[in-house]
Amino acid sequence: MSQKTHDANHGTQKSYIIGFILSILLTIIPYSLVVNHLLVGDSQIIAVVILGIIQLLVQLIFFLHLSSHPSQRWNLITFSFTVLIVVILVIGSLWIMYNMNYNMMEHAN
Amino acid sequence: MTTQVLDSHDHHDHDAEASAKVVFGFWVYILSDCILFSMIFATYAVLHNNTYGGPGAHELFTNMPYVLIETFILLTSSFTYGLAMLGAHKGNKNQLLIWLFVTFILGVSFICMELNEFHNLISEGNGPQRSAFLSSFFTLVGTHGLHVTCGLIWMILLILQVSKHGITSITTRKLTCLSLFWHFLDIVWIFVFTIVYLMGAM
Repeated sequence: MSQKTHDANHGTQKSYIIGFILSILLTIIPYSLVVNHLLVGDSQIIAVVILGIIQLLVQLIFFLHLSSHPSQRWNLITFSFTVLIVVILVIGSLWIMYNMNYNMMEHAN
Repeated sequence: MTTQVLDSHDHHDHDAEASAKVVFGFWVYILSDCILFSMIFATYAVLHNNTYGGPGAHELFTNMPYVLIETFILLTSSFTYGLAMLGAHKGNKNQLLIWLFVTFILGVSFICMELNEFHNLISEGNGPQRSAFLSSFFTLVGTHGLHVTCGLIWMILLILQVSKHGITSITTRKLTCLSLFWHFLDIVWIFVFTIVYLMGAM
């Protein structure tokens, strides 16, 4: 196993430290945004969601070592497929339930 | 997380290939667990306004520093697990065992904080039977907590195995599987923190 493959599969001390610092920062930033009410309305939700997604990527890259490296190909393919399924399930559920709530209210009125 | 195919046929590489298959299988389990959690999150998202006249997220989750500390503990435990894995790959048994133990202590602190939070909610009459919102909250956070507890039991068993058998290809494989599990739970918690607590406090 070459050194590069070796690192691709389980990271280095440096990558863990970078990942850790980034994940702490990405927790403090949305936290202070919300607690100090620095943003209002929808921009607050959008900011928190975007920071959450960046946090997810940091965790995937620095802790789970997901990468485009050839040794990671199947991990990446199965992961992408899961993301697709999750997106369909979550957006589909929310869409259906939102419409159902909406139509029930119409009916009541 | 290796799935590479090794071309040489000596014993060590054969072992590595078998381990890679086990770890990949475990990765697929993690992904299926991910779908389970996504459905519980969707349930929470659908029900979080159905408070049945009871308190909503905004009234209940006021102790934000407490949640922040919980998050830091879990993030730190993910990092210390990483340090333990580095120890395992260097063949440094002491480094591995010390960081694994630190991770375990952090995990236990996290579970204690979560149980304390649950206890406070239930003793104030805001248990899972109070409203659909609280049912979905307890299901979501409880399922995560249950996973962390299983991870902790697994960690204790691995600490015992490593101290008995040392760093072998089998213990390394098990440690790798648990590392995927542990980092995955960290990711799930990030979503709990964002969706339940931060969005609840808005």
